[in-house]
Amino acid sequence: MTLHRMTLLRHLTGTAVAGAALFGLTYVLDPFRDYQLATAAAYLCAAAGLTVLIGLNGQVSLGHGALMAVGAYTVAIVQNQFGDHNVVSQWTVPASLAAGVVAATLAGTVIGLAAARLRGPYLAGLTLVVAVALPAVTTVYHGVFKGDQGLSVFLPPVPDSLGVDFPLERWQAWLALAGALLVMLALANLGHGRFGRSMRAIRDNEVAASLAGIPVARVQVVAFLVSAATAGLGGGLFAVLSQSVSPDAYTLTLSLNLLLAVVIGGAGSLAGAVWGSLLLVLLRYWADELTGNLPLSAGLRTRLAGNLPLAVFGLLLIVVMLAAPGGVQGLLNRAGRWVRGRRTGRSAHRVEPSVGEPTAAQHSAPDAEPPAPVASHT
Amino acid sequence: MDRFLFLTVDGLSHGAVYAAFALALVIIWRGTRIVNFAQGVLAVATSYLAYTVSGRSGSYWLGFAAALVAGLVLGAIVERLVMRRVENAPPLNAVIVALGLVLVAQGVLGMIYGNQYLPFPAPFSRSAMTVGGVPLLSHFDLFVLGTVLLLMLVLAVLFTRSATGLRMRAAAFAPPVARLLGVRVGRMLTLGWALAALVGALAGMLVIPTGLGLHPTAMDTVFVSAFTAAVVGGLDSPVGAVVGGLLVGLVLSYVAGYLGAGTTPLAVLGLLVVVLLARPAGLFSGAQARRV
Amino acid sequence: MSALLEVEGLTAGYDGVPVLHEVDLRVPAGTICAVLGANGAGKTTLLRALSGLVRPSAGRVVFDGVPMGDVPTERLVRRGVGHVPEGRGVIEELSVEENLMLGGAWRLGWSGLFGSGRAGLRRDLDEVYQLFPPLRARRRHPGHQLSGGERQMLALGRALVGRPRLLLLDEPSLGLAPRVIAQTMALLRRLRDETGLTVLLVEQNVRSALSIADSGVVMSLGRVVATDDASRLAADADLRHAYLGF
Repeated sequence: MTLHRMTLLRHLTGTAVAGAALFGLTYVLDPFRDYQLATAAAYLCAAAGLTVLIGLNGQVSLGHGALMAVGAYTVAIVQNQFGDHNVVSQWTVPASLAAGVVAATLAGTVIGLAAARLRGPYLAGLTLVVAVALPAVTTVYHGVFKGDQGLSVFLPPVPDSLGVDFPLERWQAWLALAGALLVMLALANLGHGRFGRSMRAIRDNEVAASLAGIPVARVQVVAFLVSAATAGLGGGLFAVLSQSVSPDAYTLTLSLNLLLAVVIGGAGSLAGAVWGSLLLVLLRYWADELTGNLPLSAGLRTRLAGNLPLAVFGLLLIVVMLAAPGGVQGLLNRAGRWVRGRRTGRSAHRVEPSVGEPTAAQHSAPDAEPPAPVASHT
Repeated sequence: MDRFLFLTVDGLSHGAVYAAFALALVIIWRGTRIVNFAQGVLAVATSYLAYTVSGRSGSYWLGFAAALVAGLVLGAIVERLVMRRVENAPPLNAVIVALGLVLVAQGVLGMIYGNQYLPFPAPFSRSAMTVGGVPLLSHFDLFVLGTVLLLMLVLAVLFTRSATGLRMRAAAFAPPVARLLGVRVGRMLTLGWALAALVGALAGMLVIPTGLGLHPTAMDTVFVSAFTAAVVGGLDSPVGAVVGGLLVGLVLSYVAGYLGAGTTPLAVLGLLVVVLLARPAGLFSGAQARRV
Repeated sequence: MSALLEVEGLTAGYDGVPVLHEVDLRVPAGTICAVLGANGAGKTTLLRALSGLVRPSAGRVVFDGVPMGDVPTERLVRRGVGHVPEGRGVIEELSVEENLMLGGAWRLGWSGLFGSGRAGLRRDLDEVYQLFPPLRARRRHPGHQLSGGERQMLALGRALVGRPRLLLLDEPSLGLAPRVIAQTMALLRRLRDETGLTVLLVEQNVRSALSIADSGVVMSLGRVVATDDASRLAADADLRHAYLGF
């Protein structure tokens, strides 16, 4: 992976600056907001990887919630092992998060291998089935995973060096933000390097990419497992934040929420993933506030509680896809181009987005070729 | 041996429902090259309607009829208002819109009815009748098999022997040529979705009584099984959908019977992976005419 | 003789790129008009604009005294316009018989199963089988099994089942053996003579087209460069050389 030294430096500086700013922010915010920030950061880990997979590589996955679950459950089990053996060091957390990443990467490699040659709805369908089926593992191996009950996660307390009154939420925010920054840095470098170009080449025209010597299947699998790794980190962070894991938290809905974050932000855009993750957290919060403040019967309130955000998310997904398929980032790009006076309507390097604005070719082509389930090259 | 027979019959009964549902997916796929990820949730919505209508009127069959009619209407509305706008966009836009519909529908249904499993009884007895000392089919199983068979016959006649069916197929295979021949392609697409939703509604009414109850996510696993069935048979093949459905029903029945009910989702996943690796275009893909 | 088809100032294109510029055309009823020109002259676009597959940005199209500007493609067959598109448009997945039935399906209602419309369609199908005996032998075969010549017959037959008054044909000779081309042209002449069918014939095979045409229009780069009787066009060597390549 060759990356221009200036780009790497730019990314590192950007990460450092953002890190410092966020670090400061955690002191300004109250603990509840810090917790929300932490949650958004955890979502961002998964969403960033997914947006790269969907937007830059053209593979749609509806199963990343399940990959988060793999990371989360691994962290839970490893942490509980530490707990059982009375290991309370702070280093247990990064260690178990790393284990979660490894586990999710393995799962992602398996799925990625099965999916490498799939296209379009076949890929979406396979990952959907993964999302629906994987939670069943918790019931089948009830002894380890305890089925629907879930597991609690043993965690070391906030480090003493930070002071007695240091809020747990701020510490959680630090952990989550560290993870998110790491993911953003890694993905930004990946996207700008040769691997990123290979991914885009495959997305734009697979046959041409293959003829140009790009090992298509290998790139597809690697892209998938990278996104799985970041999802695993996000899931592991979820486990740390909520201090428990259960199948309910990692259903198909989670995968669809991640998809929403990607779509709203604009597929392929890391900045977009940030918007999307923030939106996931804030929308749910606002929906809860709304139902809390309205004069409703207790029964109605419970019914609205989980379901209003769901309906709003779904509506947003539909509206964004119909009105602004390029997402927030797409809108910003369009606005930027308009301001700068160039009305080409398409950014230079996004030739044929797999998700997003329909190109001219789609409008005028009367007979589109039926998509083959499997890529036709070797 | 008794157990095997029982599992086989039970598998065929469930398989019939998967077959019907897979057929609905194939109808929409052939017409629009879209996999309707919202098929399951539409079936849940119509089943909830049946629940309400049956509850208010006291008649199961009134609710049943209401579900079917609602299926037609809902399918037409979804196509006309929502899916029409993404039919010319990159195919994954349609996938995402359908998933958005899933979220909206599950959220709205949860808001109206709540998230507990509502009792959804079958119209006929579900206890197995014994034939020659062996417990085999229940009355309900016979009803399921009979209804699905009837449905297939009606659809087959519609598609192969009626002018409307001819128009629908023309609109699916060659839309611009069909337009030149006077076929209102848009209308045929709407009709296709309406029919598919009707089939899905029927499938929902047939399968939900056999599960845990009525719940916004009640059809998720059915969708997954039916999608697998459609892929096994080949997304372009209606016959494949039926065969695939029965096959999936049998496999899941044996797995649940011999390995435990909790493993069925994993069995579906395993089956799908195997098919996608070995013969991704499906069992019946060779029989399909090649598009030049 | 009144013009069955009148086109004035037709301008059309794709995605803002103009292809046709101010095309004028008059086709009297019961005649064959040939539209000639090199590749890229806009001949196919002209037919597509007449059929509503491409929306014109300017100009008028009048068929049998009725303006056709807002008529959607689907209603063309009802008005009596049949269009055999480029490549013939045989629907491969359907059988020969089904393709033919589709040609007349616009006359049937929703069921078309036992209605009286079906009997009339049966008669029309038989007439087409009379015209094209080889199709009868292949009636149950799917479209993709047909040879080029058979597809030609099918496409024409299908258009004729719709009982058109005006037939738009896009390069019927494409990819066919000379004998088959001659048969097709002879058939078109016969239909014009016996039934008064009006034909707008887009062709690259100039000799064949002009051999049966009454009038002709030569196009180049989206514009009409010559309109005249067929015999005069055939005799004009300079014109042929400049625009038709021989």
